[in-house]
Amino acid sequence: MDFSFTREQEMVRKVVREFAEKEIMPRAKEIDRTGEFPWDNVKKMANADMMGIPYPKEYGGAGGDYISYIITVEEISRACAATGVILSAHTSLACFPIFQWGTKEQKEKYLVPLARGEKLGAFALTEPNAGTDAAGIQTTATLEGDHYVLNGCKIFITNGGAADVYIVFAKTDKSQGAKGISAFIVEKGFPGFSIGKIEEKMGIRGSRAAELVFEDCIVPKENLLGKEGEGFKIAMVTLDGGRIGIGAQALGIAQAALDEVTKYVKERQQFGRPIGKFQGLQWYIAEMATKVSAARHLVYYAAWRKENNLSYSMEAAMAKLFASETAMEVTTKAVQIFGGYGYTKDYPVERLMRDAKITEIYEGTSEVQKMVIASNILKM
Amino acid sequence: MDIIVCIKQVPDTSEVKIDPVTKTLIREGVPSIINPEDKNALEEAIRIKEKYGGKVTVITMGPQQAEEALREALAMGADEAYLLSDKAFAGADTCATAKTLATMIKKLEYDLVFCGRQAIDGDTAQVGPQLAEQLGIPQVTYVKEIKIEGDSLIVKRILEDGYEVIKVKMPVLLTATKELNTPRYPSIKGIFEAYREKEVKIVTASELGIDPQEVGLKGSPTRVIATTTPETERAGEIFTGNVKECVQNLVQRLVEKHLI
Ligand SMILES: Cc1cc2nc3c(=O)[nH]c(=O)nc-3n(C[C@H](O)[C@H](O)[C@H](O)COP(=O)(O)OP(=O)(O)OC[C@H]3O[C@@H](n4cnc5c(N)ncnc54)[C@H](O)[C@@H]3O)c2cc1C
Ligand SMILES: Cc1cc2nc3c(=O)[nH]c(=O)nc-3n(C[C@H](O)[C@H](O)[C@H](O)COP(=O)(O)OP(=O)(O)OC[C@H]3O[C@@H](n4cnc5c(N)ncnc54)[C@H](O)[C@@H]3O)c2cc1C
Repeated sequence: MDFSFTREQEMVRKVVREFAEKEIMPRAKEIDRTGEFPWDNVKKMANADMMGIPYPKEYGGAGGDYISYIITVEEISRACAATGVILSAHTSLACFPIFQWGTKEQKEKYLVPLARGEKLGAFALTEPNAGTDAAGIQTTATLEGDHYVLNGCKIFITNGGAADVYIVFAKTDKSQGAKGISAFIVEKGFPGFSIGKIEEKMGIRGSRAAELVFEDCIVPKENLLGKEGEGFKIAMVTLDGGRIGIGAQALGIAQAALDEVTKYVKERQQFGRPIGKFQGLQWYIAEMATKVSAARHLVYYAAWRKENNLSYSMEAAMAKLFASETAMEVTTKAVQIFGGYGYTKDYPVERLMRDAKITEIYEGTSEVQKMVIASNILKM
Repeated sequence: MDIIVCIKQVPDTSEVKIDPVTKTLIREGVPSIINPEDKNALEEAIRIKEKYGGKVTVITMGPQQAEEALREALAMGADEAYLLSDKAFAGADTCATAKTLATMIKKLEYDLVFCGRQAIDGDTAQVGPQLAEQLGIPQVTYVKEIKIEGDSLIVKRILEDGYEVIKVKMPVLLTATKELNTPRYPSIKGIFEAYREKEVKIVTASELGIDPQEVGLKGSPTRVIATTTPETERAGEIFTGNVKECVQNLVQRLVEKHLI
């Protein structure tokens, strides 16, 4: 048994942490206030080769390992959770399915610029009437000669509008449920594809959650990803990996809250001494630190399994469930420990609390993670 | 152009604390970093390589864990790395350090040798100049700007009250200041290449072909007799009370001391 990171991974953490603290963290408050999409952060991450960490160099990636990628998501999210999800959705949800199911031509045309960070990616499954029940999507794709025609709409799509390349799921066979779904690679400029409403969100305000509208959108036949009818499987396997990324995002947020609290309780004085001297608060901190550590172990355990080609669907669900609930709990406690100051925008903990909430919802709600875990345990 | 950069791994002094009893640095748990101005030297070397081609070689003398500093340098874009590591090198003063580095560098091809101006722990700024002497090449210290003209460099060096411009023929040794550039972050791809595709060559005293008597503590003419913290001779005094009282007290005290 070995719980240590390799020296290479330690160096990745050291370098990304320094980068995140100097380049990303100082902008987080402003990005949250304005809700602007942080293009500057995306460019900086691209320059540092962070947009395709686990993909081979021949496909534009950094040729690294999956754990190093997860370390990067954690450290970036610790500085700015909105930037963290931009990175995670791009790498885990857009690049991954092309890497895994794409043809050589698709990889060269789409994965290379995505992994290099020259282009940004998105993943579009959710629809107004199909969230948790993803097999119920209504967007259709009809083959007409050398192209498919897509009709329908997607909502809440991370990086929507900012992204150049979208993995879009649509029904090629309406008579079927999950088995009738196919995946497509859709470019921003394809005729009939437009961006609709952009959501005004509680947290991760710098990231984009947008509506995608397909009105007789023409998608070349060669942009079918995988085979017809494979779409649901592609979506589910992709989300299994994505959940490790969201677990890491949640972990980064929780760690940030813990770091803030650790500083604050030594500075803030009441009854003539630092509030950290009160046992009541020490117990909170001990519990928070323990949960963060447990979340860290679950997240890196799932990443380690993926890295080593072991099954990871259940472990990823556990990691995401526990890390996201830990993030919510720890950030809420952080606001409590900061008292009235914690409820103001003078300190980052209220933002961390708002940012934490989404990790319990997207890429499968906590309830869905429990469904995945239970079905793995019960097999019935 | 072949460029050699000497880097030193140092404790991150921004995180160093002093033991209140022994008055020495608490080194335990303090992260090690590449000496900041050595990073400026390395950055400049990499920029020159990117523009004119060639090779950047990094060298450090230090314990085994100094390998990490070399890996980081490789991740930034250096091509080759040598770790001069041997018990015989321990306890070296600046003279013995320069001698050891020079012995290695003489075995390599170079147009330019780059050092940092000064290490943040030892703080002497002597190794660069001594190394130039050992190599028998000219030196330009405190460099803030470099232009390349054929086989010469036009170098701007910072002085207290301005700067000096010098034209010098290569090979030459330069010492870099933080004003020279802003060092890049190692790229993530660079980190993987540094560990997977590049090598840190470890060189011992015997491989260097150097007499153990001439290096390390034995080869160091400097002797540290004692280390002390300077005594504070003047005690500060803090006036308390309201502003009026404080000002009155202060003025009275200044008058007593015949200062006003
Ligand atoms: C900011 C943001 C970004 C997003 N990014 C993306 C993206 O990039 N791509 C994408 O495709 N989607 C994205 N989503 C969509 C997200 O994945 C969905 O919102 C999520 O899956 C839940 O779906 P829903 O909102 O329709 O909720 P619903 O499915 O309507 O669920 C409502 C509630 O019912 C519960 N529930 C539903 N079914 C069950 C059941 N069987 N048993 C128990 N409880 C159940 C849920 O857990 C939830 O609490 C994003 C959403 C947001 C808010
Ligand atoms: C714990 C401790 C004990 C010491 N004991 C003694 C002692 O007993 N006697 C004594 O004379 N000195 C002693 N020193 C000082 C030590 O000799 C110097 O740290 C060392 O020789 C380098 O000098 P400097 O740090 O002043 O570097 P500087 O001369 O300030 O460094 C200038 C540049 O030289 C290069 N350089 C310096 N060192 C190296 C290296 N090892 N490898 C590669 N490049 C390098 C770097 O480019 C650096 O930027 C001690 C230092 C420490 C930390």
